[in-house]
Amino acid sequence: MTAPLKVENLQVAFRLHDADGRAHRVEAVGREGQGVSFEVPANTTVALVGESGSGKSVTAMALVRLLPRNAECAGRVLWRGDDLLQAPRAHMQRLRGHEIACVFQDPMSSLNPVLTVGAQIAEPLHKHLLMGRAAARARALELLAEVGIPEPRQRIDAYPHQLSGGQQQRVMIAMALACEPQLLIADEPTTALDVTIQRQILELLARLQAQRGLSMLFISHDLGVVGEIAQQVVVMRQGTVRERGTVADLFASPKDAYTKALLACRPRLDERPRRLTVIDDVLAEPAGAVAAPVREVDLDLDPRRADDDDPVVLQVDGLCKSFWLRSGLFGRMEFKAVQDVRFTLRRGHTLGVVGESGSGKTTMGLTLLRLHDAASGPLAGRVLFHGHDLLALAPADRLAMRRRIQIVFQNPYEALNPRFTIGQTLVEPMTIHGIGADAPGRERRARDWLVRVGLDADAMHKYPHEFSGGQRQRIAIARSLTLSPDVLVLDEAVAALDVSVQAQVLNLLKDLQDELGLAYIFISHDLAVVRFMADDVMVMKDGRVVEHRRTETLLAHPQDDYTRRLIGAVAQGPGPATPAQRALERPTAPRP
Amino acid sequence: MSEMPDFVSTSLVSTLADMAPPRRAAGVWRSAWRRFRRDGVGVVALAVVAAYAVLIACTGSGLVARHWQDEVGVPDAPPSFLGAPARATAGAAAPASAAAAAPAALDIADVDPLAPRYKEWNERAAQYHAQARPVAASLPFGGDRLGRDVLSKALKGTQISVSVGVLAAIVATLIGATLGALAGFFGGRVGDLVEWVYNVLTAVPEILLFFAFAAVFGRGISTLVLIMGLTGWTGQYRQVRAEFIKHSRREYVRAAEAIGASAGARMFRHILPNVSHVILVRMSLMVVGFIKAEVILSYLALGVATDQVSWGTMLAESQNELVLGHWWQLAAATIAMAVFVTAFSLMADAWRDALDPKLRGQR
Repeated sequence: MTAPLKVENLQVAFRLHDADGRAHRVEAVGREGQGVSFEVPANTTVALVGESGSGKSVTAMALVRLLPRNAECAGRVLWRGDDLLQAPRAHMQRLRGHEIACVFQDPMSSLNPVLTVGAQIAEPLHKHLLMGRAAARARALELLAEVGIPEPRQRIDAYPHQLSGGQQQRVMIAMALACEPQLLIADEPTTALDVTIQRQILELLARLQAQRGLSMLFISHDLGVVGEIAQQVVVMRQGTVRERGTVADLFASPKDAYTKALLACRPRLDERPRRLTVIDDVLAEPAGAVAAPVREVDLDLDPRRADDDDPVVLQVDGLCKSFWLRSGLFGRMEFKAVQDVRFTLRRGHTLGVVGESGSGKTTMGLTLLRLHDAASGPLAGRVLFHGHDLLALAPADRLAMRRRIQIVFQNPYEALNPRFTIGQTLVEPMTIHGIGADAPGRERRARDWLVRVGLDADAMHKYPHEFSGGQRQRIAIARSLTLSPDVLVLDEAVAALDVSVQAQVLNLLKDLQDELGLAYIFISHDLAVVRFMADDVMVMKDGRVVEHRRTETLLAHPQDDYTRRLIGAVAQGPGPATPAQRALERPTAPRP
Repeated sequence: MSEMPDFVSTSLVSTLADMAPPRRAAGVWRSAWRRFRRDGVGVVALAVVAAYAVLIACTGSGLVARHWQDEVGVPDAPPSFLGAPARATAGAAAPASAAAAAPAALDIADVDPLAPRYKEWNERAAQYHAQARPVAASLPFGGDRLGRDVLSKALKGTQISVSVGVLAAIVATLIGATLGALAGFFGGRVGDLVEWVYNVLTAVPEILLFFAFAAVFGRGISTLVLIMGLTGWTGQYRQVRAEFIKHSRREYVRAAEAIGASAGARMFRHILPNVSHVILVRMSLMVVGFIKAEVILSYLALGVATDQVSWGTMLAESQNELVLGHWWQLAAATIAMAVFVTAFSLMADAWRDALDPKLRGQR
């Protein structure tokens, strides 16, 4: 049986203007005439894996010709023998949504906020299958039930904002499946979702794929997810295909150095290396030495761990934080975001804080730094920092304390002022707190920190937009460290980074901790990363601490049901049972 | 009047200089300037605006059109390119024909008892020599009712009108941006208070406010600037407020708070440079709006003082002249204003495109 979708030597380039107005082409897919080729067989899930800039999404969008106008495509995309790149526009419009359907990353922005869910599912039915109103509505109801939306009769008239993120993604899937497509293109469909929701959506996709015999092209940056859902994998890097193969082969014996590095640099749940492997280490190896075990050196366990005699830096007791919500015309309601959190943080230790979105973990971090407006809601409890209660401090004394607890935010593209040079960004905190004798002295210190976090000293005169995400996060870390803090709150500090860059930043954080004796509060949704970083883990749900124990104990013997669900949801690559099988064994219970 | 123009013209020049990329903040401004240079229409518009700026500098410093009030031509002198005025030759012929007809007519002096006195008065009057200056029969772009050079008036009027527009825009921007920054950054009570002021002010029709302020302050350039500044800040306020609300929630501002930056530092050192392009573009659009408002106010006799000239007063005068077929004053004021306003709008538009980060790389 021939594959319905064949991509032969696909190349995509974008026409861009540089700063001086000269037009030039940027190759997004394919390098130097060598394009991307792969095929998607019937009833099979093929995954395109790669980091940002690998061209995986551009490839997928080129298949359905949804690229911006300045894109130039070459090569052939054969869909049942027709070349889609040459097909007339009207033909493509008939195909899209009918034979080939797409699900995108962010359901929140992919659904039209002013139309009901039912109207949006019915639209392709009207358009492609020429169904009447009543028939389309009945079909939409069936589809909603099929993708596991509870009470579809009520939800069909709901607007997107009335549904949760997971439900929105289910609606997107129902829309995609409305016209019984043969090929489903899923572009990072679970990236914007919480781990437990991600697990449900993966199971749903796997089940639908198996039941309907779909061909699915699944695009993801996460090898763990891919290993669970796909049968075949195409690994891409910088616009070229590095390796192709079945999931089992690729995970068991990767041939390409880059694939190996990708597999190695991701933190895992079942072991805790001293340092993570970085892609450059692996790629730097000579080609002949690829057979050498990659993680050999890194398996030593951290010698510094489990030292309970370190001095206590931060002691938090009964911390509560609420927000006022408006209700009615003049009334207000108290929303308890954080309730009764207590922990002790010792010098050189890391406390991991885990939870899904809305669990209050970020609010907890910001409350420690008093970054909330006083008018936003009441605050209670004690935060003892070297014997001073941070919550009882007068505003004047707060500045001095603020120096010693610093924070690194999630999004490296947002956290630096785009109009400040790196030098200005690093010198400003020292100027505010009067660190360093004079301006040249501060600049020297800033330069030292830049080198320390692994950047060139000549970065001082550049602007944030000239750096990559990983470099920006290093700059943000350097900015916090210029104040020589005792405690660093890392709020999802590596969540927005590619796996390989994530490994580098995590290693950097570990090195700095060993060197400076920093205490970290590591807030993350990713248990594998927390496992690598943290000595203790605190699991939060709805503002409360559900479980708080040593990392190993917690992972090995989770006491709480919620913790168990979180651990189970972590995608770990191909295991004994793929979600497809699991899903067929036990039908997913619809979640509200 | 004598000090104002210098200050005005320099302020305009410095405003234009601000729009050019300052050296220190090279990253953002230089790349904006590069994008701007690619926009052909924008560059031409900028050149036109720069030419006006030079012109205004010249009139302001008295190099050009200093004597615009002198009556250098015959009343309603036509433009030179139309040739010698027909009326002037007709006027010269009339006395001659009257003299020729006189002997035939009855000499009224024979019966007039006052005739000797008239004669005496005429002799006495003849002793005084009125030093009538020679006036031109035609002027480069014609003359007005008093024989003043329309071209000089247009040049001087350009200076007044543009400087009023620019100054009013600066005043309105200062008010609007400050209030917008406060309301957007602090929100809560402060935001509510400013929002109330804004709502009350916008609830009154603008023209009524103009009349009210004009009645209180009297006529003059400074009044105009004040009126338009005090009533025109609302648009700038809304936009700056929206930008500050957006930015104050962004992580780089949070990060600044985490390192201990004060509220003022966050507002003005961190957020302001990030919204300055919005303010700048809005301000250039306001300049155009205020120039048009000045024209309307001067036309309604609420504008500049009577011993000053602006595009608006020229238009008001030309209304009567037009009935007699003297179109040149209307044409001069209209052309000067239309060219400037169009060029300035196009330039502001090009700046907006060049400075908008969302449009980057798409053109």
